Amino acid sequence: MDFIQDFSKILLSTCRDVLPIIILVAGFQLLVLRQPIPNLRRVVVGGVYVVIGLALFLAGLEKALFPLGKIMANQLSDPTFIYRGGEIAIHAEWRAYGWIYFFAAMIGFATTIAEPSLIAVAYKAHEVSAGTISQWGLRITVAVGVAVGISLGTYRIVTGTPLYLYILIGYMIVTLQTLMAPRSIIPLAYDSGGVTTSTVTVPLVAALGLGLSSTVPGRNPALDGFGLIAFASLFPIIAVLGYAQILQLLVWLKTR
Amino acid sequence: MIFAFILKKGKDALTDLLPIILVIAFFQIVVLHQPLPQFGEVLTGALFVVAGLTLFVQGLEMGLFPIGEAMAQALARKGSLFWLLCFAFALGFSTTVAEPALIAVAAEAAEIAGQGGLIAPDRSTLDHYALGLRLTVAVSVGLSILIGVLRILKGWPVHYLIIGGYVVVMLTTVIAPQEIIGIAYDAGGVTTSTITVPLVAALGVGLASTIRGRSPLIDGFGLIAFASLLPMIFVMVYGIIIFG
Repeated sequence: MDFIQDFSKILLSTCRDVLPIIILVAGFQLLVLRQPIPNLRRVVVGGVYVVIGLALFLAGLEKALFPLGKIMANQLSDPTFIYRGGEIAIHAEWRAYGWIYFFAAMIGFATTIAEPSLIAVAYKAHEVSAGTISQWGLRITVAVGVAVGISLGTYRIVTGTPLYLYILIGYMIVTLQTLMAPRSIIPLAYDSGGVTTSTVTVPLVAALGLGLSSTVPGRNPALDGFGLIAFASLFPIIAVLGYAQILQLLVWLKTR
Repeated sequence: MIFAFILKKGKDALTDLLPIILVIAFFQIVVLHQPLPQFGEVLTGALFVVAGLTLFVQGLEMGLFPIGEAMAQALARKGSLFWLLCFAFALGFSTTVAEPALIAVAAEAAEIAGQGGLIAPDRSTLDHYALGLRLTVAVSVGLSILIGVLRILKGWPVHYLIIGGYVVVMLTTVIAPQEIIGIAYDAGGVTTSTITVPLVAALGVGLASTIRGRSPLIDGFGLIAFASLLPMIFVMVYGIIIFG
């Protein structure tokens, strides 16, 4: 019973998300373009699938994975777990947080693989590139980028180093890579930064960031809790550009 | 026949989900030494996730991608730059302003600003600040899609704009108040929702494949990149104006 109630609540909010899109598309079709939508029936059925599918997906995550993931993020960042048996340090000792970095990397990778917007972009890229960009290749590369990014982001929270330094260095790396990477991959690489962080990743990563910044001694959740999502949107760009460069290098080595 | 089709789609979705299940099981059992709680609940939840993902992907192929591309092509054929840019801005603005993730982040940011003594900590000031933040992000996403569409039409290379954007982000960071920086950096990531992304991707690819001389791969992608960059700049400027 509970679940049906949860599900209808999520379904309602998904419908509310879609409402502006429906109004916009219908308004433009009726007032500006003044022509019928091709295959209207199929499009409407597809739209209903998207809404129901997304609501089911979110309801399932709320029920099964989010509570568990959030509890685990809190347990792992709990000082009594981190300094097992030893004294709880007054200043954070970054080496003690090994499991946190590992958990951050794994959960970043796993949630990115399940991210529906990344599935959508990978599907489109595969279609547009006439099959040269493989869906799984792109998704795994992006997921590796998110894993490294979030892991580094938790290290930043533990050490309390300023966020902008990491982002500045990241931007420099992206700029350098852009100069050397094959041109056709650049727009897709930039896009993959934005798509990684939505439905699945944000709730779990936000819980990890806030949990960590409120338990690590000397950290303030207001200043240090944010920023993980920024890492998760920067590192996939580096990963995708890097992957394309490695492929290019391999081809160059072979033809030499 | 239909059964085999559903089975295959379901199997794909299960593969998508498998890493999360493995990670959570590993940390729960091996690292934290705790049993998996409410195994039945977790299993039904996982089934819903798999079914939902299957339906979502099917719906993408049938509904969202075709409508995005059809709109892009119809607007391009109509040849009115004004209406095309209007559509681009409205798409970005309207899907962002009511985005639940953004509402949550804005409310949290207001609490933090209130606690930090940057704004008066009474309800109406906080709500006003949060709404201002949401509108700032929504306008910036609308403008991002607009600039992105203009870029496809003109054939500008995406990396000049993005690297230029990076420089602006860094310069604004220097003068922005410290309390806004983390939120501004995260604002870029939370703006692009699961329904907006496929639609925007289809819009870009549809436009680039209709306009002569544009390649869908080089020119069609890049819209989402703007939508995650511009909000960072706008939120920091908002912070400078409000706090400065």
